[in-house]
Amino acid sequence: MWTHSAGNPGELAVYKKIIDDFNASQPKYRVVQQNFPQGSYNDAITAAAAARNLPCLLDMDGPVMPNWAWAGYLQPLELPTTLTDSLLPTAVGRYQGKVYSAGYWDAALSIFARKSVLEKNGIRIPTVDKPWTLAEFDAVAAKLKDSGYATPLDLGAADKGEWWPYAYSPMLQSAGGDLFDRTAMKSADGVLNGPDSVKFFTWFQKVFKSGWANNSGPVGNQKFIDDKVALSYTGVWNAQDALQKVGADLLILPPVDFGKGPRIGGGSWQWGISAGCGSAQSEGAREYLKFSYQDKYLTDFADSQVVIPATQAAASASKYFSADGPLHQFAVLSQKFALARPATPGYPVISTTFEKAAKDIMNGADVKSALDAAVKAIDSDIKSNNNYGN
Amino acid sequence: MTATFRLDSPADPATPEPARTPTAPAADGKRRRAKNAARRGEARAGLAMASPAIVLLLTFLIVPVLLGFALSFTNARLISPEPLRFVGFDNFVRAFTIDPTFFRSALNTFAFAAVVVPVQAGFGLFLALMVNQKIRGVTAFRVIFFIPVVTSIVVVSILWKFMYQPDGLVNSFINSITFGAWQGTAWLDNPSTALFAIIVLSVWQAVGFHMLIWLSGLQTIPEELYEAARIDGAGTWRQFRDVTWPCLRPTRIFVLITITIAALGLFVQIDVMTQGGPIDSTSTLVYHAVLTGYRQQQIGYGSALSLVFFVIVLVIALIQRHLTRDKD
Repeated sequence: MWTHSAGNPGELAVYKKIIDDFNASQPKYRVVQQNFPQGSYNDAITAAAAARNLPCLLDMDGPVMPNWAWAGYLQPLELPTTLTDSLLPTAVGRYQGKVYSAGYWDAALSIFARKSVLEKNGIRIPTVDKPWTLAEFDAVAAKLKDSGYATPLDLGAADKGEWWPYAYSPMLQSAGGDLFDRTAMKSADGVLNGPDSVKFFTWFQKVFKSGWANNSGPVGNQKFIDDKVALSYTGVWNAQDALQKVGADLLILPPVDFGKGPRIGGGSWQWGISAGCGSAQSEGAREYLKFSYQDKYLTDFADSQVVIPATQAAASASKYFSADGPLHQFAVLSQKFALARPATPGYPVISTTFEKAAKDIMNGADVKSALDAAVKAIDSDIKSNNNYGN
Repeated sequence: MTATFRLDSPADPATPEPARTPTAPAADGKRRRAKNAARRGEARAGLAMASPAIVLLLTFLIVPVLLGFALSFTNARLISPEPLRFVGFDNFVRAFTIDPTFFRSALNTFAFAAVVVPVQAGFGLFLALMVNQKIRGVTAFRVIFFIPVVTSIVVVSILWKFMYQPDGLVNSFINSITFGAWQGTAWLDNPSTALFAIIVLSVWQAVGFHMLIWLSGLQTIPEELYEAARIDGAGTWRQFRDVTWPCLRPTRIFVLITITIAALGLFVQIDVMTQGGPIDSTSTLVYHAVLTGYRQQQIGYGSALSLVFFVIVLVIALIQRHLTRDKD
């Protein structure tokens, strides 16, 4: 089996434990682990697939899965539905009606804030049931700017790559737009460049133009920790650090409601079985996966890396995400608002195109024409691939 | 540039020493056979010695280049269940008709090269003249100018990215020397300054290398020429114009062509600092080809872009060769 987790000791330790337990629990199969650094992991998979040399078990980033399934790298997972149904919906990767991948956890996004800062400025603290509306949020940003923050928000715009669609396409969905028409799966036209999208991106541009946020680094949550920004839009992976440095003053707030209810991205790293795996070995891989989805392991993953466990039972046993754990809020957000990125083999093009369009708009490009160009690029890719078999 | 190497045959008792003096065409077949055998032995030895390089070149240069040519005319994808299809000139038509980023990338690439080539070459020569003097501490300056060259370009790009931030070093510096009269801008986020900012850092990074090349050229000029010029009453400028400049001709050609090729292949700074933005103002041909061919998995289209790029570089290099040829 291959993982992308080289250099992440916490995660690797859990894998090692599961594998040792599994190998000891039965005499028939032996799982051997090999780790790659995340940066070059997808390249290693692509190269190995081209050489027909994939391992039986491999993990993959959620939105990449359909591309690999379509390319024939993966076989349907065929785990018992009782198991897959017990997981968070965004921790299960479905493509064309079949389950191809499943993960032990999901990540979630939220807005970090300091309680003292909000109270000082007389700002209402939003809740999951009553999040900030867009108008409210604008007023909050303007107020915070006036209170002395040069840039009150950190939206993570200094980052690049998959972060862009992961972070900003949920906002777009909350405003009524989307990356792609998820029903027909043939085009982004009228969705990514529709009136709701234009409205959202006009707002997005305004955020940078009015100096509420900027795209200077560092990437991560440092600006919030240093109190250079009042609100930070970031993920659960920065929560532990923020807890340590900000302590009880830390608020984990739901995302802004842009009109159609708050949304956050879903779908993190998940496991699948390669198509080239022999039938006996596939059986072994399935046995191993079944064995590995025990709640205690899910809790271990969650607590070693601070990610949201994929089952309710594992969450209640977690020191962070249980009902009275300090990060319980993330589990709630994930349950309520998470939406996976569109499951289409064309996703790599959608992702890079979206990133480019959003960055151009951030830098002052004309909103409508940037979105039209993005739609054209996405649609021409879909067409040149015969609609990816849809 | 062609160089012929004569390899002495290996000390093999079966092959006698090759004749060193041209012998008269005597009807001495034995000697001629021996000579032929020697030449064959030499050829074999030569081939044996060249073979590692030939294998490597074939595997990592010739084959990929030919593959790239072939893939340009197909709809190849990085990963896809669909079979390869021959699509003729579709990819090229797409590049020249419906891909505005391609045009912008070509324009940026040429703009970058047009500025970097003269500026970097001129600045490098200037630095070389400065550090070519016999004063104390000159080695320290050579080292200082050369340090950026041995620093990884990725590291350099990340550092400059921080320096270019709105509240970064560059703006603080501008602010203090103009006493706040002139506020800098967000250099990399402003479409009209981003490419300029990248030009500055690229020249800063690479100029040390060309300074060294110029320096080696300067040190091949015989001192007698300068003495003669001084006796004839030539001042510093005349000495430079009539001695240094003409003597640097071969160096000049080398510098010009290497900078041009390097400048046209601009990629790393873009990938690290701006990813082609803001609004395509820093996208280059190589970056665009990598983005579409690899990250968007459209290998066929990426190959076509690379082929266009290859032809452009080839034409420019040939023109330069033609302009700098020996006119005798």
